[in-house]
Amino acid sequence: MNLRVDAPPRAQIRRFGRSQKWVHRTTAALMGVCVATAACLYIPQFAELVGRRELVVRVHEWAGLALPVPVLLGLASRAFRADLGFLNRFGPHDRVWLRAALHRDKRRASRPAGKFNAGQKVYAAWIAGATLVMLGTGLLMWFTHLTPIQWRTSATFVHDWLALTIGIVLAGHIGMALGDPEARRGLRTGEVSQEWAEREHPLWRP
Amino acid sequence: MNSEQPGEQPGKPIGRRVLLGTLGLGALGVVAAPTLQRGLEAFLGSAADKDPTGLTGLLPNGGGFRYYSVTSSVPHKDAQNYQLKIDGLVSRPRTYTLADLRALPQTRLVKDVQCVTGWRVPDTPFEGVRLSALLDAAGVTAKAGAVRFSCFDGAYTESLTLEQARRPDVLVALRMQDKDIGHSHGGPVRLYVAPMYFYKSAKWLSGITVTEDVEPGYWEDRGYDVDAWVGKSNGRDDEPTS
Repeated sequence: MNLRVDAPPRAQIRRFGRSQKWVHRTTAALMGVCVATAACLYIPQFAELVGRRELVVRVHEWAGLALPVPVLLGLASRAFRADLGFLNRFGPHDRVWLRAALHRDKRRASRPAGKFNAGQKVYAAWIAGATLVMLGTGLLMWFTHLTPIQWRTSATFVHDWLALTIGIVLAGHIGMALGDPEARRGLRTGEVSQEWAEREHPLWRP
Repeated sequence: MNSEQPGEQPGKPIGRRVLLGTLGLGALGVVAAPTLQRGLEAFLGSAADKDPTGLTGLLPNGGGFRYYSVTSSVPHKDAQNYQLKIDGLVSRPRTYTLADLRALPQTRLVKDVQCVTGWRVPDTPFEGVRLSALLDAAGVTAKAGAVRFSCFDGAYTESLTLEQARRPDVLVALRMQDKDIGHSHGGPVRLYVAPMYFYKSAKWLSGITVTEDVEPGYWEDRGYDVDAWVGKSNGRDDEPTS
């Protein structure tokens, strides 16, 4: 006789398909390369450690140029486009979520969220815009002989300060992920537990 | 998005607006950069003077020098093993040790340092031997028209016309900011070309070769101007440093 009492199988919900997982992975890897090479170009101690300035510059430039590519390829996937739709649209509950976040109100009831919460939506839109600004200013710095004199200095100024801002915001993004293993599992395996989905994203109807 | 209808109402396309807004701010930033940069440099420059942590040095335009090297590692040289070789179109080729250079008359200049990537360090003292003095001692021959510099990092090269090299504000520098030049600033001996962008001031100087014509240096092979006058080259309009 089998005396083992079967634990009730934990209900799993599909959160992400292959396209979303791979877009996130490749974007994260490219962003990682951009940040690491930027650190080697910018922070004196790392610059001293690594040197090889020309090679580092080349890697940084090409990784930056490739950064939007995964998202553009992802547009071919219906599931990815649907997620972009969720990220784009803000409903009344998102206003409630953002207000609660501003007041540091952590109660579940005051944080209603669909598939993505309002914080994730704002982050996604901002990082997409910031990446494009970095790309534009980066190209101005790269092809210096194509643009007028003042543009390059101005582009460098925006590129430097936005890089610092992105570094801080990205650290926040990674910090949040580190604090939520189930969210990470969602992006790793594509599945999350029913219980997590109901708690974190009560308005999400998969 | 029918699947979300019972829970989440679709709502307004605010994500798109945030994205476009970020793009717009970026463009505005580029337009307003000259003004913003002037203000920030003034503020951070004064903050950096009172900042014991040195963290302001990591901020963009936070003042101070940045370390650029084109190789992965640079050997360390000191008074024991440092040598500066002067050769090429000269009648008296010679190799100087650090002690030899220190024994020659020293010139001290205090001027701004301007990097072609934008940073500027005001009123930086450099001290060393006038390049013209070394060239005169070596006896430049009649055919000579330019000077080529090489460095003990094994990769970096620079060059000047003979006329530029003989300017009184071009030094073979032994001291910077009233200290012996440390390794990370190109010590023990670096070139200092006061009126030009700082890439001309080659670090870790180990060789001076007099040649007929200018041979473009490391960065110049990669698109920088050979005649690198501050404010009149590389598409920049910085205030001249010398």
